Amino acid sequence: MTLDAKIPSGPIQEKWDRHRFDSKLVNPANKRKYTVIIVGTGLAGASAAASLGELGYNVMSFCIHDSPRRAHSIAAQGGINAAKNYQNDGDSIYRLFYDTVKGGDYRAREANVYRLAQVSVNIIDQCVAQGVPFAREYGGLLDNRSFGGAQVSRTFYARGQTGQQLLIGAYQSMMRQVEAGTVTIFPNREMLDLVVVDGRACGIVCRNLITGAIERYAAHAVLLATGGYGTAYYLSTNAVNSNVTAAWRCHKRGALFANPCFTQIHPTCIPLSGDHQSKLTLMSESLRNDGRVWVPTKKGDKRPPSQIPEAERDYYLERRYPSFGNLVPRDVASRAAKAVCDDGQGVGVTGFSVYLDFADAIQRLGRDVITERYGNLFDMYKRITDEDPYQVPMRIYPAVHYAMGGLWVDYNLMSNLPGLHVLGEANFSDHGANRLGASALMQGLADGYFVIPYTLGHYLASGGLAPVSTDHDAFAQAADSVQKRIDRLLQVKGKETPRQLHRRLGAVLWDEVGMGRNEAGLTRAIARIPQLREEFWQNVSVPGTPDNLNKNLEYAGRVADYLEFAELLAIDALHRTESCGGHFREESQTPEGEAKRDDEHFSYVAAWEFSGVDQPPVLHQEPLEFEYCKPSQRSYK
Amino acid sequence: MEKMTIHLRVWRQAGPNAPGRLVPYTVENVIPDMSFLEMLDVLNEELIAKGEDPVAFDSDCREGICGTCGLVINGIPHGPDRGATVCQLHMRRYKHGDTITIEPWRARAFPLIKDLVVDRSAFDRLIQASGYTSINVGGAPDANAVLIPKDKAERSMDAAACIGCGACVAACKNASAILFVSAKVAHLGMLPQGQVEHKHRVVKMIDRMDDLGFGSCSNEGECEAVCPKEIKLANIAYLNRSYLTARFFGGL
Ligand SMILES: Cc1cc2nc3c(=O)[nH]c(=O)nc-3n(C[C@H](O)[C@H](O)[C@H](O)COP(=O)(O)OP(=O)(O)OC[C@H]3O[C@@H](n4cnc5c(N)ncnc54)[C@H](O)[C@@H]3O)c2cc1C
Ligand code: FES
Repeated sequence: MTLDAKIPSGPIQEKWDRHRFDSKLVNPANKRKYTVIIVGTGLAGASAAASLGELGYNVMSFCIHDSPRRAHSIAAQGGINAAKNYQNDGDSIYRLFYDTVKGGDYRAREANVYRLAQVSVNIIDQCVAQGVPFAREYGGLLDNRSFGGAQVSRTFYARGQTGQQLLIGAYQSMMRQVEAGTVTIFPNREMLDLVVVDGRACGIVCRNLITGAIERYAAHAVLLATGGYGTAYYLSTNAVNSNVTAAWRCHKRGALFANPCFTQIHPTCIPLSGDHQSKLTLMSESLRNDGRVWVPTKKGDKRPPSQIPEAERDYYLERRYPSFGNLVPRDVASRAAKAVCDDGQGVGVTGFSVYLDFADAIQRLGRDVITERYGNLFDMYKRITDEDPYQVPMRIYPAVHYAMGGLWVDYNLMSNLPGLHVLGEANFSDHGANRLGASALMQGLADGYFVIPYTLGHYLASGGLAPVSTDHDAFAQAADSVQKRIDRLLQVKGKETPRQLHRRLGAVLWDEVGMGRNEAGLTRAIARIPQLREEFWQNVSVPGTPDNLNKNLEYAGRVADYLEFAELLAIDALHRTESCGGHFREESQTPEGEAKRDDEHFSYVAAWEFSGVDQPPVLHQEPLEFEYCKPSQRSYK
Repeated sequence: MEKMTIHLRVWRQAGPNAPGRLVPYTVENVIPDMSFLEMLDVLNEELIAKGEDPVAFDSDCREGICGTCGLVINGIPHGPDRGATVCQLHMRRYKHGDTITIEPWRARAFPLIKDLVVDRSAFDRLIQASGYTSINVGGAPDANAVLIPKDKAERSMDAAACIGCGACVAACKNASAILFVSAKVAHLGMLPQGQVEHKHRVVKMIDRMDDLGFGSCSNEGECEAVCPKEIKLANIAYLNRSYLTARFFGGL
């Protein structure tokens, strides 16, 4: 199989324009004859549904939630980037492009990233027109902040609720199309299989989560926007229903999975407090603008922070990275926290947390300014931990947050299976090996509002898409295999809950495929995961029946998929012997302990082909070429 | 950390037409740092390990933003903490030996699905009735082309903070959705972009609310008291004024 990324020719600034001109168009009168399935209603799925509905396509929109508005995108706090240069501080499309490629540690496709930076400006216009209440200055203009270590202020935000406001904007636009009759919503549906006929994606099989019915839907194209797989690690900042199931089932039907080992671990999360914990809560990265990160110099120092004098504190980020200090990128900050904790300098009951201290900022700026900037975050912290960050430093620790890896797509966002398009966090995306803050929201909306309307039109207009009926054998076969798997889950009648098994898988991934990875650990993980899978199928307990709302049955199915997917995650991490972005191979570091890339051998996208559970996957490589951003070793010293 | 024993009375109902009742359970070893939903997870883990059907309840983000969770705890939607969803409630609020009653949202427009899960799709159908600006992708002017006073933007944001959880409906003795509708009307109405269709939106959403079986407002203010996002009753006054203007002076 050769992977053709279908990158248009010409200078990077002109590629997208040329491509749009070269793309075929669907006659307006014919659009309603094309049915498009969109799975997922996060920023990517909802924006795609709205824009395709507006164009007149017949859209069917599916989600596991009870309402499209509840997709996990709603939880994003910090903001969304756009190269508007409203602050006159030197931003440009080219700079956003450059920062994103560099921030991704030179493992993203240049042409895609450039297009993302180009359309970023249209996203903000669209959202404001929808009534997204972005923060404003007193003069009435939009406000911006600098975020995630960027040197320019290009982040737009709506209090600490940017994701929520953007999603509500997209959801409302989509509901307008529901009223207009172009979009039909199917909430409470879990996609459990992709239907492929003659190599082309032409439908899905879902479980109706309320009635338990196995339903079949046919379409001319399938768009997958089902989010990321961070919950493979059990504990993450993702919502509890986030999953890899839809993407994994597509993978099993032939779609390639790219760079699964590129996972992002976010440095500022509330630390783990006990075994009961069901998720970890993110504390916005913006806190690092004013908070100072430190640990006691002495190992195992149990004194309360107020009793540790300045001279006995190690402000390790400021010490190691004098020019970026507390604002180094996420991967660098996370690894540094792990290093000091592994060294015995960590604080809190578990010893796995570091201080994020606002005492200096409160003294310098006054409590009111801090309240205005971070009041809601301080309240949230207090609610969860019962500690007041105005009085004592916050305690934070890294947590799994985002998946840069995902299903492989070409420039048109189409997977290697014709007809299957993948949008948002679910694709292997534009973020390379590390995503910069405030750029996932940007990518989701870029894909849905501004890219897919063109590239999907081209696919549909290229012809030869005879409709496939849901009576086709391929549908029957897919529905049957979904049913069999559900029956099997119910028949085990073991003693362990899906959560116990998920927690054990999470521990293996966190220990061996977490912030630091090495050959011995990855080899252990690759041996351990199939055993866990075996234990799952021997001993899982799924009570109840399949014919009504059975959340534990849903969850068991997702854990079963994670138990297959996790192995691929570890295999990918083992094969990539270089360090890059969020993937830190301990064998590949500079003398100062920083990540060391190996461009000579690994400047490619690793796209894996499924060849059966318990069979080794097949690696395909898409070479990456850097014509504009010349790879250099990232340095934040 | 001290461990507590908590007694629960949980509403169990197998389906919309099955009979329902409060079933007693006891959860041991509850840690004060646990969230309320994590305490229910512990209960469910025990039930599943015994091969019994776990208690069905909804949640997703578990940080108070998605609006998925919603339980009536000792008679109060989202429980005792003001300005918080039930997923933000922690067990340190309770003491060893406490008994807690847990029930679903109850409202005609939110039919019960199972145990503590109800169908809130009526909210989607309300938004469908003009809870948007009619702007197609592609034609938007530059985002800074229209200046918006900061205080208006802030008031819009206050209303836009609604998470659509339905607690307002559950708290209202008439099961009215007026706080939800008013939040949407104020969110959009405060902004020039939303003003274009304001009158039309107000009338259409109110009419749809009646059609969907929500009750009418009798100014008790229960909705504001339980709203996890502290959406203000002032929005309802704004909605009422807008409605009167639209109906009697707006030619609608
Ligand atoms: C706490 C937090 C804060 C964040 N803050 C920021 C930020 O400030 N800025 C930023 O740019 N990014 C941020 N991110 C990242 C960003 O929010 C996500 O990457 C992005 O929202 C993903 O959007 P999506 O549309 O791809 O998927 P999602 O929003 O995850 O939506 C997935 C959709 O798929 C549906 N679905 C899933 N599986 C199935 C299935 N099997 N069948 C049917 N439907 C299914 C779900 O119901 C849902 O509708 C944050 C992430 C987290 C966790
Ligand atoms: S689970 Fe999202 S608000 Fe409670």
